[in-house]
Amino acid sequence: MKLGDLSQQEYLHRLAGEGLRLRTGPFVVRIRSDIDAVRQGLRLLYEHNPLAADDGFADFHVAVRHGGVLRRWFRPQVRFEVDGVEPFLPLPANQALPMLEWGMNWCITAYGHHQLVLHAAAVARGEHALILPAPPGSGKSTLCAALVNRGWRLLSDELTLIDLASGTVHGLARPVNLKNDSIGIIKRFAPAAVFSAPATDTAKGTVALMKAPTASVDQATAGTLPKWIVLPRYTPGTSARLKTMPSGAAFLAIADNAMNYHVLGRKGFEAVGRLIDRCSRHSFEYSELDEAVACLDLLASGGVIG
Amino acid sequence: MRSAILTEVLRQPERIRGLPAADWDVLIRQARHANMLGRLHARLATAGQTPEIPEDAARHLIAGAHLAARLHHSVRNEVIQIKAALDAANVPLVLLKGAAYVAATLPASEGRIFSDIDILVPRSALGTVEGRLMQHGWITPPISAYDQHYYRQWMHELPPMQHIFRGTALDVHHAILPPTARYHPDPRSLLAERVEVPGLPGVFTLSPADMVLHAATHLFHEGEADNALRDLSDLDLLLRHWGAGQPETFWSGLLARARQQQLTHQLWLAVHFVRRIFDCPVPPAAMQSLASFEPGTMHRKVLTVLYDRIFLPQHASCRQAGASVARTTLYVRGHWLRMPAHLLAAHLLRKAFAPSRIASPQADHH
Repeated sequence: MKLGDLSQQEYLHRLAGEGLRLRTGPFVVRIRSDIDAVRQGLRLLYEHNPLAADDGFADFHVAVRHGGVLRRWFRPQVRFEVDGVEPFLPLPANQALPMLEWGMNWCITAYGHHQLVLHAAAVARGEHALILPAPPGSGKSTLCAALVNRGWRLLSDELTLIDLASGTVHGLARPVNLKNDSIGIIKRFAPAAVFSAPATDTAKGTVALMKAPTASVDQATAGTLPKWIVLPRYTPGTSARLKTMPSGAAFLAIADNAMNYHVLGRKGFEAVGRLIDRCSRHSFEYSELDEAVACLDLLASGGVIG
Repeated sequence: MRSAILTEVLRQPERIRGLPAADWDVLIRQARHANMLGRLHARLATAGQTPEIPEDAARHLIAGAHLAARLHHSVRNEVIQIKAALDAANVPLVLLKGAAYVAATLPASEGRIFSDIDILVPRSALGTVEGRLMQHGWITPPISAYDQHYYRQWMHELPPMQHIFRGTALDVHHAILPPTARYHPDPRSLLAERVEVPGLPGVFTLSPADMVLHAATHLFHEGEADNALRDLSDLDLLLRHWGAGQPETFWSGLLARARQQQLTHQLWLAVHFVRRIFDCPVPPAAMQSLASFEPGTMHRKVLTVLYDRIFLPQHASCRQAGASVARTTLYVRGHWLRMPAHLLAAHLLRKAFAPSRIASPQADHH
């Protein structure tokens, strides 16, 4: 059963009561909330996601709730809770939906040490994944949103999960988190894309979530092996250009962006090594999204890279 | 009383065969909150039950095992660094608790996570040791004047030290109980009976009997509920390990040492609860000798009611009536046993009005 198959009444009942057991890629998250923005946002963004059995296993039990009686009326706040623990301070109420997304990411990075967790976007063509590791502000989420609106399959825009044994990428296919100018850019680039209402004045400016393409959600758990590593850099006025990267530099870039590299120790070192060996590695400068997508399409089709 | 699923599985790992998904859900959460994901993973592996773990639960156990493995790796490195500082002070390195279990690769180290390294040094060498450690980069992060005074005047350890670059935490003890406590185990005798770790020349742990007595003393005096089940599981594993070879010799030695060190009450409590919670095997002869240390009926009943609540994973799934009263009572009792009433009253009054720190999601202080 998918979230969209629930009647509105049943949906609200679950969210307010025993929780909605939402499957996103390999994880089941049990979500509870009494907040309107979360009720509307989840239904809009996750309608194609499968639901897990009520008496099954959930990886994380989370809740987003109002921050107390007074805070409901005076500068309302929301709190995020996982298994009865609150890892963050409360946020203003208009950030409830992004807070849920950040909270779910926190769960994966705090507890997901069975796998290598990269701070990177990942998209796929057929059985092959393209990994876009990059520090915040490099334009990776924007590029990721552009690619998945032009036929690439979304694996993740924020956390790329690499299986330590097989080296495959576990897709999450969750909404893409876009900030500030990127929101308008992608809305113009892909007018059919579905967006949540933007949350203003967050620590990252204005934030809006773009719904993952339905096909990506349906194939989230399909086995995907990394084939390309591309380090994007948005540089105004340049034409899109891929450059081959030496393996040492690529190793450092990946290790730098591996959130649990220090926890995994030798296993992490080996996993990054195997990932580098498996992939062709490039740095990538771009400014126009159409041109950038064309360039990466060429890479995927085995075209010659300058 | 209904026991927690975590305790049941630690006691009988084969219980996971055919365990419903909903119970796995609770089991993983209890293990996480008891800081025992890694321990549970190790226990199931030792019992040959790994293939019975469903994939979705397995990844959380593996994550716990990875965290513990990483921690043990850094503890082994840190031990080398601490040894260099103590060598310079001409003081032998005697490890306590978690770091000792890891260095000596005892079963009690398996999957264990902890946040600081504890060492025992002679009181007379305390000044020299502190100086040498500071030269090697360990500093005392700023604490209030009251806390500074409390540690230096009344406690059996220095204020916690932290390495300036690596951030690792170090507790330097000169005894296993404060000088004000009602019991007076002799730290010189603990040091004299130390045992060198095979393969690590110059690195020592307490003797097996002293390790058990220290684990029991720590558990029943420091009143730290979050890790109580983990600490009791350590005791279970220590007793099983040393009781397996020549049980009569080990247990008679342990009992004799407990008498000599005035820790018979602590040993009785430890044995009572490792049997009650984990079915730890204890030879009948040892049980007979232990009977003479048994507290009076009323005292025993009260302690059992209190500790049954403490030896539950501190998670909502096993919250029950009286748990917070039990925690507070045992916190006060822990202090009651280690300082005279007039000091205790002043200390608790002070702590009641001091703001408490917010615990981090994976807080683990010992």
